[in-house]
Order: sequence, then C-alpha cells, then structure tokens
Amino acid sequence: MIVYLLCFILFLVGLYGVITRRNLIKIAISMSIMEFSTFLLFALVGYIDGGVAPIVDPADPVKTYVDPLPQALVLTAIVIGLATTAMMMAIIIRLYRKYGTFDIREIKSLRG
Amino acid sequence: MKGMTVIVKKTTQLIAGMVFLYGIYVIVHGHLTPGGGFAGGVIMAGSFILLILAFGSDFMHLTKEESGTTMYENLATLVVVFLAASGLLFGARIFFLNWLPKGTVGQLVSAGMLPLYNIFVGIEVASSILTIFLALVIFKEEISE
Amino acid sequence: MNPLIPLFVIIPLAGAFLIMIMGRFIRNFNKYFASLILLFLAIISIYSLATTGENLSLYKVGGWEPVNRIPIGIYMVMDGFTVIVLSIINIVGFLSVFYSISYIKRYTAENLYYSLFCLMIGGMNGVVLSGDLFNIFVFLEISVISSYALVAFGVEKNELEASFKYQILGGLASFLILFGIGLIYWKTKTLNIADIREVFKAGYDTPYYIFVELLILCGFGLKAAIIPFHAWLPDAHSSAPSPISAMLSGVLIKAVGIYVIIRLFFNMFELTESMSVLITTLGTLSMVIGVFLAIGQWDIKRLLAYSSISQMGYVVLSVGMGMILISRGERSEIAVLAVAGGLFHLVNHAAFKGLLFFNAGAIEYTLGTRDLKEMGGLARTMPATSATSFVASMSISGIPPFNGFFSKLIIIIAAIMAKFYLLALLAVIVSIITLALFLKFQRYAFYNKTDSNNNRKIKEVPFPMIFSMVIMSLLCIMLSLLAFPGIRDAVLLPAINILTDPLKYSSFIIGM
Repeated sequence: MIVYLLCFILFLVGLYGVITRRNLIKIAISMSIMEFSTFLLFALVGYIDGGVAPIVDPADPVKTYVDPLPQALVLTAIVIGLATTAMMMAIIIRLYRKYGTFDIREIKSLRG
Repeated sequence: MKGMTVIVKKTTQLIAGMVFLYGIYVIVHGHLTPGGGFAGGVIMAGSFILLILAFGSDFMHLTKEESGTTMYENLATLVVVFLAASGLLFGARIFFLNWLPKGTVGQLVSAGMLPLYNIFVGIEVASSILTIFLALVIFKEEISE
Repeated sequence: MNPLIPLFVIIPLAGAFLIMIMGRFIRNFNKYFASLILLFLAIISIYSLATTGENLSLYKVGGWEPVNRIPIGIYMVMDGFTVIVLSIINIVGFLSVFYSISYIKRYTAENLYYSLFCLMIGGMNGVVLSGDLFNIFVFLEISVISSYALVAFGVEKNELEASFKYQILGGLASFLILFGIGLIYWKTKTLNIADIREVFKAGYDTPYYIFVELLILCGFGLKAAIIPFHAWLPDAHSSAPSPISAMLSGVLIKAVGIYVIIRLFFNMFELTESMSVLITTLGTLSMVIGVFLAIGQWDIKRLLAYSSISQMGYVVLSVGMGMILISRGERSEIAVLAVAGGLFHLVNHAAFKGLLFFNAGAIEYTLGTRDLKEMGGLARTMPATSATSFVASMSISGIPPFNGFFSKLIIIIAAIMAKFYLLALLAVIVSIITLALFLKFQRYAFYNKTDSNNNRKIKEVPFPMIFSMVIMSLLCIMLSLLAFPGIRDAVLLPAINILTDPLKYSSFIIGM
C-alpha cells in the first residue's frame, strides 16, 4: 500500500511545480514529473506475488511471470511523454526569442 | 559552438564507438532481452550527441546535418508503415500480420518480422532525437548571433 | 472482416511522411497529394456510411483470434455511430485542405503544414475506429500533438502564447486520461471496451467506478472544452490559421472529446443517475456561459470560438438528458429522441462552424484584420463570402429551413416531453441570444456602410477558397434532410440503437 502512496506523493510534487513555478522550463519539467508518476502506477499494477521478469528462457520453465502488458503500455507512454516534452521545449525556446524573458508573468498579451 | 577540454575529447574518442555498438546490440536483440527499438534508438542517438557536444562544430555543418537526419527519419517511418502494410499482400491478408517463418525460441534469427520492425524503429527514433537536438542547438546559435 | 477499416489509418500516416520526402524534390507535390489523399478518404467514408447500417464490422489487427471468448488482440470496430463521425472528419478535412491550397501561400514551410495535417487526420480516424482504451489514448496523443504544432504555425507572439496555454492544459488532460485507464486496468485486468462491459456484469464496485468516471469526464472534458475546462479554447482557436481553426473547432473537439465521452458512458460504464445529472448540468452551464461570454467580443474568431462552447453545450445537454432517462428506467422513446437530437446537432455544428471559420479566414485574407469595428460594406465587393456567411449565420441561429432549426427543435421537444421545463426554456433563450450575436456579426462585417474601405482594393478571394465555402453551404442545406423519416432511419437510427441498447455492442464483439 505504501508504494501507491509514494506514487501519489510524486504526482502532488509535479502538480505543485506546474502551479507555483514562474520559470517556463520549470513548468515543463514539473509536467514531465507528473506524467512519470502515472508510469510508476501502471508498472506497479501488474505485479503478482512471487513472479519473475517476463523473459522466456527455454532451458528452465518458470511457473509465474509478472504481467507484461502494463510494461508494454508504459514503454509506449514514455515515448509519448518524450514527444510532449520536446514540443513544449520547442515552443519555449521560440517564446524566449519573441518576449526576451522566461518569466510567465510577462507573457500575457492575449486577454478577454 | 565551441568544443570542450582535452580530457573530454580524448575520453569521447575512446567511448563513442562503443556506445554506438551497444545501441546496435540492444536493438538487434530486442526479441530476446529487454529493450528493443525505442531504447536502442535513444542510446544510438546518445553517441552522436556526445560527439557533437565534445568536439563542437560550426553553424553551417549543423544545418546540413539536420536536413540529412530529417530525411532518414521520414524514410525509416515510411519503411515501418510499408512493412506493416505488407501483411495485406502476403499470407492471410491482415494488417500487421507476422508472416515470416518463426524459427525456434531463443535464437537470434527468429520471431518472424519482429527484428525488422525493431531495426527500422531504432533508426527512426535515433534520427528523430538527433533532429530535435540539432534543431534546438541551431536555434540557440541563431539567437546568440 | 471489413478490409476498408485499416485504410483509414494507414493512408494518412504513410501520406504524411511521403509528403515530407517528396516535397523537397517535386514542387507543388504536397498540396495536390494531400488533397488527393483526403478526397479518397472522404469517398470511402461516405461509402461506409451508405453500407454499414445496423451491422458492426470488426477488424482484428494481426490476426489474433480470441481465446476462451476473451479478446486478446487489438480490435478496430466500425458501427453506426463511428461512420457518422468518420464522415464528418474526412469531409471537413478535405474541404479544409482544399481551402488551404491558396491560404497557406503566406507561410513558408508548406511541406510541414500538409504533413502535420495528414497526421492529425490519421490520429482522429484512429480514435473513432479503435475498440480498446489504450489505442484511444495513443491516437489521441498523435492528433493532439500535431494540433499543438499547427496552432503555433505562423510564429507570432499571440500564436506561441496560445499554443503554450493549450499544451499545458492538454498535457494535464492526457495525464488524467492515462490515470483513469490505469485504474480501470487495475480492477478489470483487460483493456477491450466490450470485454470490460462483460467483467462489469460480474460485479460493479460503484464508489471506485464513480471516481474513475469523474477522472475520465475531467480528462475528456478538457479536450472537449466544456465549462469549467474551457480556458484554452478562445486563445487557441482564434490564433490558429483559419483552416486549422475550422478543423479544431469543427472536428477535433468532437472526435476526441464528445465522441469518447458518449462511447464510454453509454457502452462501457453502467449509467448512474448522479453522473447523468452532473453531465447535464455541465452541458447547461456551457450553453449559457458560452453565449454570454461571446456577446462582448469584437474579434471575429474569438466570437466564433466562444459560440463553439455554447453549441457543444447543446450536444452535451441533450445527451445528458438521454442518460438520465435511461438510468432511471428502461429505454424509452424520449431518450431515443434526446440522443438523436444531440447527434444531429453534432453533425450540423461541424458543417456550419467550419463554414463560419472559412468566412472569417476569407475576410482576414483580403482585409488583413480581424476586428469587427474596422470592417463594413463587404456584401457588395465579396458576394460569395457574404452569401455563404448568411447561410451559416441563419443555420447556427436556428432559422428554418436550414439545418440548425431542426436539430434545436428536436432537443427542445425532447426536453419538454421529459418534463425538464427549465432546460427547454434555457435552450430557447440561448438560441435567441445566438441569433442576436450573429446578426451583429453580419451587420458589422457585411452590411455596415463605412467609407474607410474605398481606398483599398477589395476583390473576391481565390477559387479554392470559394469552392470550399460553397460546398460547405450546400452541405448545410442538405443536412436538414436528415430530419425526415426516410433518411433518418438509414443514418441516425443505427447509431442510436448501438448507443442506447445496453448489451448490443458488447454481445456483438464477444460473439465474433
């Protein structure tokens, strides 16, 4: 039970970073931390007591493996998180060129 | 961008080739050990990024490199889509079918089409991460000029 | 197994990367190839609409057959509801690409534009065609990341800031969706939508699943811009280039927002009365607040973006009413009428909102401004734009004989028959305020006589833009035929039967 609580604490750390930080790059990194907590939850969901890593070795057959499906899902989701972070970094670096600052309180030309 | 000191350059000369070879190992053994296309592609890109960071290069070389890596990325993705669609032509006419012979469990040449998918996905991931890195570096050079 | 189903996903994906390669060597390859791909997709989607009817088509990717009647592969499902949304995506997509042949000449990187557009269409086709939860997430991310890049396409200050706001809220939504999928997998150990419904028949732990339903509603509500999750929509839809605004507002918030909410709540979860009342309340709030926020706007595209929130509120309101009636008792005729009104309004809104954004783009192309106070008297000099804009404004306000009238009438009649008198009254009031809003738009843009336009040469927009606008306005007039019994039974009734019958979807798929 305590491992699920640690996942939730990691999510809260990421959420605190997105809400309170002013630097754009810190917001992007906190969003990345928030997504990593979900990957941990996924990988923990597939654990079966007494299971080993799901690699088939034809020499000695094993009775129980852990669930390999969440591991495949987490692999795909990590790549999607990479794409989201790369997209955000591209927009941030162009924002720096236009506005001259990384501070999010200066970037408010759209209102109403 | 300027390169780094002599110690970093010498260490990189010794290490970069081995990192690249390790990336190829992780990609090709994707159906036997953990790893596969994504992880091996990132390691391969890492060796190139190490070389660029340690030795530095000037602006014009980087823009020429970027057009090359973009071409590799598009070609590799196109080959993956065509390999997946080739299931529609051979075998039982289903998308994404695994129609090559499967072989025995545990050998390097086995599991049908999986090694081919791993190789092309690895090339694609490596070139796309290299393209992202080059695009950000080129943009930084443009700002600081 | 229907062989057309994977084509909807393979062709845009392969086409996007082919455009990037060939676009360097052959000039003008990108525009004609993209138009050709989307024309082909529009034709096969209309063919699927005509031939699907009541049957469900299934496609097992990779040929993995079920083991002990449990599906273990990736399934792609095409049923009555899917083909309606598929036709909207591909037809509006084709008209947008044709419109942007002449609009995008102002920007420099045309290859990237057409390639990202094809990726977005491929992602949206994948969302509506997938039969299990994780594929919905992956294709959703493909289409949404392409739309982040397309919103920031012409890299000005406003567009970059709008794209950044859109990215933060969109990333939060994707996180909530992934978290919800993880919690569902924990309890049911399967990801197929029909199979989850079978597992729910064994035992349903209601407090746990109410939490999961709330997460999924928040996640997809952020993508569909329901109040209170609407903060990104006005900036993103007004700063994007006009064909992309038409695609975002006309198709993306429906295909990845409302479609998934309707599919999961009707076909996967058990309907409880508390969640249905919550969804109806959110729909009513969107309807009312959206139109009040739109009245004070002087920027055309911001006005249209706020009215998108209001019209999506109509769809969510009517679908919510159907959910309340189904969760109370058995499936009744009033619930069928409410869901029919909601689906009809979904289709109509894609048509007239796309047309309105095309008109706003045409005005911006000739005049270079988006402010209503600086325009006037365009009805003489731009006849095609002003005629199609008149058709679209009358449609969205609900004037007969255009299509908006019939769908709003069905929603109001369903509200009165189900004894929700307050909702019917609010729907009528919001419709009248929408009429006032679009009369303001027409008057200031087209019929106001100012003399500041005499020293600028204003002529009609080029041919591809006129072609798209005229075809879209013909669609607006023809869609009003969907209310009549013959065509309605062929198109709308199969979709409603799949949604409102509790066990039809899952029993079809498990049996195959």
